[in-house]
Amino acid sequence: MRHQIRVEVNGKSHEREVEARQLLVHFLRDELRLTGTNVGCETSLCGACTVWMDGKAVKSCTQLAVQADGCSVTTIEGMKQGDTFHPVQEAFWECHGLQCGYCTPGMIMAAGALLKENPSPSEAEIRQSLKGNLCRCTGYQNIVKAIAHAAQGGAQ
Amino acid sequence: MAIHQPSTLSEACALLATHNRGSDRDLAPSPLVPIAGGTDLYTHWPQRPDEHAKSYLDLSGIEELRAVRWRNDSLTLGALVTYWRLIQDRTCWSALPMLVQAARQVGAVQIQTRGTWAGNIANASPAADGVPVMMAYDAVVELVSSEGREEIPLADFYQGYKQMRMRPDQLIRSIRIPRRSFLFQRFEKVGSRNAQAITKVGVAIARSGAGWRVVANSVAPTVCRCPTIEALLDDKVTVRGPDDLATALSQDIAPIDDIRSTARYRRRVLARLLYFALRESCSAFE
Repeated sequence: MRHQIRVEVNGKSHEREVEARQLLVHFLRDELRLTGTNVGCETSLCGACTVWMDGKAVKSCTQLAVQADGCSVTTIEGMKQGDTFHPVQEAFWECHGLQCGYCTPGMIMAAGALLKENPSPSEAEIRQSLKGNLCRCTGYQNIVKAIAHAAQGGAQ
Repeated sequence: MAIHQPSTLSEACALLATHNRGSDRDLAPSPLVPIAGGTDLYTHWPQRPDEHAKSYLDLSGIEELRAVRWRNDSLTLGALVTYWRLIQDRTCWSALPMLVQAARQVGAVQIQTRGTWAGNIANASPAADGVPVMMAYDAVVELVSSEGREEIPLADFYQGYKQMRMRPDQLIRSIRIPRRSFLFQRFEKVGSRNAQAITKVGVAIARSGAGWRVVANSVAPTVCRCPTIEALLDDKVTVRGPDDLATALSQDIAPIDDIRSTARYRRRVLARLLYFALRESCSAFE
């Protein structure tokens, strides 16, 4: 069964007909060609597919596209404003918060959601907010440093 | 796969009356499975073709189910209230703190923003983290259908593994939790790691004017109260160590060996969790 949905993604409205079973991550990647959102595990564990739905972090592999109808979605492609990177993106660059980069879009979306709610988190709060995101390269230290750096720089 | 997306509760009840009423044999070809956040359903989704063949009733567009209502004597959660909503609710931190503690143990933030308290009840997992705290707080489940409404104490809601006192044409509309003064409350969860783990053994303990409540998860076919332990606490029976509690617990729980743990580990750890949690506040504990 196909459904007509309208989703605002990174400020732009998209209308598409989708299969009821289609996951949001596949809608973003395959229909809208926004391939910055990665598929890691499809078991709701790794967090590489994290996006914002109505401003809150969700795993787009744990979400049907039809349930995003009428919602506003932000992906990693929507974090940059014009030529200016989001402060969390800048901080990952500055603090070398990545190695292979596969988990990075999800990490940045999870961190960005944290800083919206809590602009100056403690290290424990940063680590708590990353419970849903796995990184197999960095050992997390530089990711945590990057998020603290973004917070000190006044990330929005 | 078909998915129905009603925008009102009466529309949802009418759909369930059409699709889900009658004996199992007489059910329409595709009974509707109610969903909200869907966080239990979508895990491993691409590898679950059986689930793709079903029909769903997506409740997430029903605004009237989103309300959180604080009254002097109770908290009422609409069926779409998420874990995250209560994590953000400062009143909840002080009035019913175990709800916040349990919410923070469910998956991670991305699951907490989608998963609902009512979904935790209706998924009926014996490992549910939200259910033990709601049960320890004497929560009452409000069910609705096109025929009317009824209320069932959460402690009486489960009849066996994934068996609920709820007809296929009924929906959870709300959960009501009484506000009381608590002399003691504690939530403990043991998983294989601190992040995103499913519970091997867990317990919620509350003491108020209504008496002791001890509710364990992952140690029986359903989340369950432990009446023998509650009576032992109410009667101030002397407890010399975890082994005394283990003997009493054997009346209350029926753990099994499974993918996450063993029955022996669960019995032993639950007795120790209880003993060390209670020792500081029970003079009968030596």
